[in-house]
Amino acid sequence: MLCFHVCAGEIFELKAELNSDKKEKKKEAVKKVIASMTVGKDVSALFPDVVNCMQTDNLELKKLVYLYLMNYAKSQPDMAIMAVNTFVKDCEDPNPLIRALAVRTMGCIRVDKITEYLCEPLRKCLKDEDPYVRKTAAVCVAKLHDINAQLVEDQGFLDTLKDLISDSNPMVVANAVAALSEIAESHPNSNLLDLNPQSINKLLTALNECTEWGQIFILDCLANYAPRDDRESQSICERVTPRLSHANSAVVLSAVKVLMKFMEMLPKDLDYYGTLLKKLAPPLVTLLSAEPELQYVALRNINLIVQKRPEILKHEMKVFFVKYNDPIYVKLEKLDIMIRLASQANIAQVLAELKEYATEVDVDFVRKAVRAIGRCAIKVEQSAERCVSTLLDLIQTKVNYVVQEAIVVIKDIFRKYPNKYESVIATLCENLDSLDEPEARAAMIWIVGEYAERIDNADELLESFLEGFHDESTQVQLQLLTAIVKLFLKKPTETQELVQQVLSLATQDSDNPDLRDRGYIYWRLLSTDPVAAKEVVLAEKPLISEETDLIEPTLLEELICHIGTLASVYHKPPSAFVEGSRGVMHKRLPARTGSGESTESPDVGTIAGGSGTETAPSIIPSQGDLLGDLLNLDLAPPTTTGPPPPTSGMQMGGMDLLGGGLDSLMGAGFGAVPAVMPASLNAPMGGGLGDLFDLGGGVGMPLGAYIPPKTVWLPAMKAKGLEISGTFARRAGVIQMELTLTNKAMSVMTDFAIQFNRNSFGLAPAGPLQVLSPLSPNQTIEVSLPLSTVGPVMKMEPLNNLQVAVKNNIDVFYFSCQYPISMLFVEDGKMERQVFLATWKDIPNENESQFQIKDCHLNSDAASNKLQASNIFTIAKRTVEGQDMLYMSIKLSNGIWVLAELRVQTGNPNYTKSMNKSHLKLF
Amino acid sequence: MIGGLFIYNHKGEVLISRVYRDDIGRHAVDAFRVNVIHARQQVRSPVTNIARTSFFHVKRSNIWLAAVTKQNVNAAMVFEFLYKMCDVMAAYFGKISEENIKNNFVLIYELLDEILDFGYPQNSETGALKTFITQQGIKGQHQTKEEQSQITSQVTGQIGWRREGIKYRRNELFLDVLESVNLLMSPQGQVLSAHVSGRVVMKSYLSGMPECKFGMNDKIVIDKAGKGGVTDDVAKSTTGKQSIAIDDCTFNQCVRLSKFDSERSISFIPPDGEYELMRYRTTKDIILPFRVIPLVREVGRTKLEVKVVIKSNFKPSLLAQKIEVRIPTPLNTSGVQVICMKGKAKYKASENAIVWKIKRMAGMKESQISAEIELLPTNDKKKWARPPISMNFEVPFAPSGLKVRYLKVFESKLNYSDHDVIKWVRYIGRSGIYETRC
Repeated sequence: MLCFHVCAGEIFELKAELNSDKKEKKKEAVKKVIASMTVGKDVSALFPDVVNCMQTDNLELKKLVYLYLMNYAKSQPDMAIMAVNTFVKDCEDPNPLIRALAVRTMGCIRVDKITEYLCEPLRKCLKDEDPYVRKTAAVCVAKLHDINAQLVEDQGFLDTLKDLISDSNPMVVANAVAALSEIAESHPNSNLLDLNPQSINKLLTALNECTEWGQIFILDCLANYAPRDDRESQSICERVTPRLSHANSAVVLSAVKVLMKFMEMLPKDLDYYGTLLKKLAPPLVTLLSAEPELQYVALRNINLIVQKRPEILKHEMKVFFVKYNDPIYVKLEKLDIMIRLASQANIAQVLAELKEYATEVDVDFVRKAVRAIGRCAIKVEQSAERCVSTLLDLIQTKVNYVVQEAIVVIKDIFRKYPNKYESVIATLCENLDSLDEPEARAAMIWIVGEYAERIDNADELLESFLEGFHDESTQVQLQLLTAIVKLFLKKPTETQELVQQVLSLATQDSDNPDLRDRGYIYWRLLSTDPVAAKEVVLAEKPLISEETDLIEPTLLEELICHIGTLASVYHKPPSAFVEGSRGVMHKRLPARTGSGESTESPDVGTIAGGSGTETAPSIIPSQGDLLGDLLNLDLAPPTTTGPPPPTSGMQMGGMDLLGGGLDSLMGAGFGAVPAVMPASLNAPMGGGLGDLFDLGGGVGMPLGAYIPPKTVWLPAMKAKGLEISGTFARRAGVIQMELTLTNKAMSVMTDFAIQFNRNSFGLAPAGPLQVLSPLSPNQTIEVSLPLSTVGPVMKMEPLNNLQVAVKNNIDVFYFSCQYPISMLFVEDGKMERQVFLATWKDIPNENESQFQIKDCHLNSDAASNKLQASNIFTIAKRTVEGQDMLYMSIKLSNGIWVLAELRVQTGNPNYTKSMNKSHLKLF
Repeated sequence: MIGGLFIYNHKGEVLISRVYRDDIGRHAVDAFRVNVIHARQQVRSPVTNIARTSFFHVKRSNIWLAAVTKQNVNAAMVFEFLYKMCDVMAAYFGKISEENIKNNFVLIYELLDEILDFGYPQNSETGALKTFITQQGIKGQHQTKEEQSQITSQVTGQIGWRREGIKYRRNELFLDVLESVNLLMSPQGQVLSAHVSGRVVMKSYLSGMPECKFGMNDKIVIDKAGKGGVTDDVAKSTTGKQSIAIDDCTFNQCVRLSKFDSERSISFIPPDGEYELMRYRTTKDIILPFRVIPLVREVGRTKLEVKVVIKSNFKPSLLAQKIEVRIPTPLNTSGVQVICMKGKAKYKASENAIVWKIKRMAGMKESQISAEIELLPTNDKKKWARPPISMNFEVPFAPSGLKVRYLKVFESKLNYSDHDVIKWVRYIGRSGIYETRC
């Protein structure tokens, strides 16, 4: 409250001047009083003195006194009565300007006692011969209604007001319409306006003749009318369209509102409908050459119109290009509309502009421009690639907020086009350190978790975030939790500690219930049923929709009815910001803001919806056991609320994690097969590790190389009835993909084709998929597909992962499977002894790794023979201190050599302990 | 409707405060000052919602005008009203400044009382208002009954913009076609967007209540006439095929819109004196008077070489005037050397730009400026945003190609005919936002 205290001396002086005999002095004094009043000084003490000045024939002085009265009458109701006589007298004055002034001012004095005296003069003024008085009296009815609604009804002023709609003077009509509309808002069911074809006709006639403001009142009122049929609707539209050429933007927008609303009733095949659509575009564009504030209002409305009827402005993209000197609020709104209008036809231009904007100065604008590029990628599929490369260019600028914004939108692009642009992940990881905003951090964490298998150091990256876990925002914490659980499910061996850490941080040290709950859900999932956990957490996510930011359709319809008003500027229904009965009336729908909330944590949905899906193609056989074991090992209840009791009896308390993990891996992968072939590739090939062990299985087989049994890669549930199981084999130096296709659907399947994604060893089909006859329901067919290793190469995680697309007449299906590394061992893998020795020495120690294999019941010769069948060649053998040392070489199809040393302790046949040295070198 | 209207100076002191509705209290005055005028950051929106009260504001020099409401008002109308309010004030006392507002505060209150009733805008035509509200006080009490009723009928009447009984010894009218041509061009010379927004401003000194009809080379009208009959062929041959496609036009309230909609003819009874008859917008076949060819080369980290060529593209007999090319320079500029063939060029450090001025330039000519900009080394990672090169000029033709074909005046009651009226037409094309990216 800004209030100045006027010192007594000043008041005293003013009092003296007000009571002066001289007219001029009096007037000056009242002016001073008003000036004090304006700046917030309290001059109410002068009330009687000022009111005394009212008895004058000087119109200017009178007006000043009235101004004072309007301000202070409420605080001094008793003294305000003193003024009544003058008012009543003035209402009879021969001068219409004075009559109008009196009735106008009386309406503004909100004192009950005065309103009683107001009724008679008002009744007279409503029927005054002068239109100026009538138009003022019409508004006065609305004022009186605001003070005492009952009084207005009892006195029958509403009927008089209704009569004024038929007045001969257009301005009287306009004000009567305005007053009635306002009164009607507080009486929703009164049918006060009683719009019927006759009265509509009168309004349309007055529309042509009244002032610009009057036209707005009438158009706004017309918009509430419901025409009886399409013909009436059309005739009203025809009479309203000329208003689109009015110089006043508000008249134009109100006319647009009427047209947008009544257009709904017109049949779309009507010629007039098309004409009307064409007529709407130019005036909307013209609004953009108005002053910036009006441009802003127009743009907010165009945003709605474009969502409702995109066809109107689809060719007008260029006018929404941002000008360098536009105020920021205009720029931001234009960007929004540009995205809404973006289509395949104009995307090149739009992208060029957006790139330009991303180098501007205003941070908010730049961010929005970057975000817009991402939205274009999602909206116009053809442009996705260009958008991604533009975003990468922007990331190279290293401008902090640009990078962060780019990462947030790239996350969305990944979700829209999975397996297409992941090659950019490396670039994103480079910028990890510069991310300081929660949204960007969360997006990056999501990416790392989602693609953990392709990011070598995913665990390190996530660990680095974990350090300051409690300082992060909830958004980041939740995302980090999910990402680490994903990582664990993908790379269980190396990340137990991490997952344990994050689960305990989330469940024990956090007081955020959301975080705690999610932590417990994961914990229990992982400990009770790891396979289910995998299905839930790593379930396929639904693609994100094109426009998550569209206004919800029912709200949009309501907002269209409010074109031009504040509701259309806020994009909220009036009830959201208007108090009292006025807001309630238009509330046809529950209040809800429409601006899209982007999916901040995409995993929440999958947790809820993921369970209950069919078993996914299991990537590592019987991985469930493995996970179970790991959990038993390390998640042994440290908490009071702890996870359920262990499901398996394995107790290996103090064992080192890696050893434990490997043991389980082997146990799971080999079962009882009595074989050993330990070999290891270096850390980056970690994923291939298990498969090298798989090889061990081959040793036990009498015939040639090891062929794993067929597993189901693509269940019928996921592929509209097509079930695919298969395996890989190496026969006569050729890699074969052996597939069993089963049609479990009701209809015949034809036109099979297959394609591989780029993969680590360049595997590609050497010929087309040979399915000659159509596959009828319940038929099964065996196909063998020869593979070559000359296809495009991209490193996968795990290394031996292969993403396959199979097409038939129904659809395209995607699945991924893993091939045994042994398949890639070529026949000419036997190295010369000399070369072997030389190479062995050259290989740096970092490339060496060692581990042990237990439970092998083979002597060294038998092992050597069996390994040879899988193209693992023994180069030399020596015996040292009762141990057999085998030196072996392997060559992969891409020319990589693996050198290995196998130690077999013959002294202990039951428990063969072997150490091995493995060397990797690229030739 | 509008609940209150406040005018503030740049410090946020309230100069005028007029409350129309009960739901707006004194605290609203302070809320706007605290949240908008004294807000730290740049104003992000002309509409602000503070505690369920909406504030609309516009700024004129350093004066803030704010309209306040608690209802779902017609937002476009509120802004139109605020602009109108500025026009009215300017018509009464000139520039809108703190001093002028303080000196005229009684007048402003009177105007506000008249043009806004209970928050509903009323007649705001200056011509009509000036008949009974003057700076010297209010006329009215000394007027005759006839005069009073004339005022009220004009304020409320059908033709609120013109009074009866105007008389001139010489009937004369001036038509100005004022166009501003807007361009955004890529560095490669590709037109990204171009449009002309034009205005037809008329000064009329005509007696009585003349009925006027305005004609221009509007494509729709000419095509229609061409099909219509033989008589109009003459008109067509004189104007040639130089008709132009007008995207959209808006008219002063004196123009009969329904007649324009049905016959596309522009007929009206003009206000007395100067007013804007129509506004229009074209986007096709625009004559771009100048072409700017920029060449910016970064030499190392501390030097920038800029070369800009401008080419005039209109009849050699015409002269462009007041040409100004503004070449932005980076914020870390330490020194600039400029060489230009024509005109004067100066580096203005305070504006971060090289300003090159040429007084006159004929059509189909070309001129060039080259500059070397020395830069201070900075560790600011952010690249210079390279604002576009902008241009100002004035040319004596209409870049849209618009031509006035006729303006006929009919006044049946007085004895002067269309031929007796002296008519003047002038075309001026100015640069709007005329930018070339570099």
